[in-house]
Amino acid sequence: MTGNISNKRKAYIFTMKALMFISVGITCALVLFLIGYVLIKGIPNISWELVSTKPSYLSGKIGILPDILNTLYIILATLLVVLPLGVGAAVYLTEYARNKKMVATIEYAAETLSGIPSIIYGLVGMLFFCQFLNMKTSLLAGAMTLVIMNLPTVMRTTQESLKTVPQSYREGAFGLGAGKWRVIHTVVLPECVDGVVTGCILSVGRILGESAALLFTAGFAHALNGIIEGLSSSGATLTVALYVYAKEQGEFEIAFAIAAILMIMTLLINLLADCVGVYFRRRKN
Amino acid sequence: MKNKVKTMELVVHGIFLILGLITVAAVLLISVYLIISGIPAIKEIGFFEFMFGKEWAPTVSESKFGILPFILTSVYGTAGAILLGTPIGFFTAVYLAKMASPRVKRIVSAAVSLLAGIPSVVYGLVGMLVLVPAIREFFDIPDGASLLAAIIVLSVMVLPSIIKVSLTALEAVPREYEEGSLALGATPVETYFRVSVPAAKSGIAAAIVLGVGRAIGEAMAVIMVSGNVANMPSLFESVRFLTTAVSSEMSYATAGSLHQQALFSIALVLFVFIMLINATLNFFLKRQKEE
Repeated sequence: MTGNISNKRKAYIFTMKALMFISVGITCALVLFLIGYVLIKGIPNISWELVSTKPSYLSGKIGILPDILNTLYIILATLLVVLPLGVGAAVYLTEYARNKKMVATIEYAAETLSGIPSIIYGLVGMLFFCQFLNMKTSLLAGAMTLVIMNLPTVMRTTQESLKTVPQSYREGAFGLGAGKWRVIHTVVLPECVDGVVTGCILSVGRILGESAALLFTAGFAHALNGIIEGLSSSGATLTVALYVYAKEQGEFEIAFAIAAILMIMTLLINLLADCVGVYFRRRKN
Repeated sequence: MKNKVKTMELVVHGIFLILGLITVAAVLLISVYLIISGIPAIKEIGFFEFMFGKEWAPTVSESKFGILPFILTSVYGTAGAILLGTPIGFFTAVYLAKMASPRVKRIVSAAVSLLAGIPSVVYGLVGMLVLVPAIREFFDIPDGASLLAAIIVLSVMVLPSIIKVSLTALEAVPREYEEGSLALGATPVETYFRVSVPAAKSGIAAAIVLGVGRAIGEAMAVIMVSGNVANMPSLFESVRFLTTAVSSEMSYATAGSLHQQALFSIALVLFVFIMLINATLNFFLKRQKEE
């Protein structure tokens, strides 16, 4: 079949195929190089001492335990606030809203939010949460900033999963005499767990990687705190710590150790997201 | 009893309405804050002086607040990243959508998702220690931290957006179009590029616009590889972007000074760029839906 096409067409096909293979090759090589380089440079620098101590000026040793804890605190605080808000917004859009214009406005606002760069979130977070609401530079102010950033994500995943809840479930419950709120919290909400879980995982990934929005809202401190004290004081997350160690202090070994930890976490989160997706799809069928 | 239930339903409805409107409130909050804090400095410095001034020297006694270098650096940097990233992303997407076996597609898609998930500071770190020295040696210049380094890092960072959105658009092309082309004697590769790609052009355009948005908004990776000096943009010189101008000086600008207000104005300019990009993105996404 390929025997009777002109040389010009053959050349075109060959070029296009070559370009495709080269591009896929470059993409895959980039991913492999990034993972390999960061892990090889970083893993040898990860030690128990590094992850279990705080930085000490006396001994001149650097520990990243405070940064790890700060990251956990900020993830917890953000999820705790963003989940009810995002799920609530999604429920309103799919279950309550009747006005098409209103739905379009809310969805447009969510899209706009997901397009705004994190540095702008950082600035507005600083002005609004740190200064106007007087939270000072604190993990809590950082978490609130991240809540706004992650709101569209949680809202969208929940909304998508709410759309797959069969209308007959709702009608059945209404038919039995249940009120709207009762139908929502007994029939609809339990069916959208998959969307909420996916939203959670995506948000955790985004919070873990965020740095520009946290620089001016959560600050750079490396103090070892409990969660309550931690949230009300300034603290660096792992990404911010990486930036400070690499850019300001030239501590590249520490920076690579943190980068390797972040890379492993990213790998795990992506894996988890895939597994959760497969699990819920199976359960629904 | 019945009334009680009714009131409860109304209250719940009200709560959900408020939750639904939070996104709108957040957008308004961000816009209002940026406008209120960004306008004063522009007024004081003068719009043209601010936007087209070539010199940025906020801390000397005869301070100068011209942000043309930042604007041009952001525009050139983004354009460069898109020029480098788009062909790679585009051809990868076509391969994944049309030619790859399900297994290859699954693995490469996972790799692309991973690329999207890597924190920007990690890109910055690798760029700082691999790319910057490589550029210094290869082009024999005193410092490799330059616009070129930023362009290369950004082109990698926009790849996932371009690949994923183009892939979705290409997969949505109706099977009949391709079957028609194949039946007329076109080979599969010709069909992909002359039938499938034109049919998915709005989606691919949206993918590129999304990439533009990602590139122009990136701060941390860029600050680590671009050297951060307020020069007019040149490929081998240290440069400063709109985003990095804000992030590098915000921590030491005196609160309430013209310097800090000017930084808010820079953020406002960036925000206007982003809003224009969002509007373009929506235009293409809408057209794709209509097609």
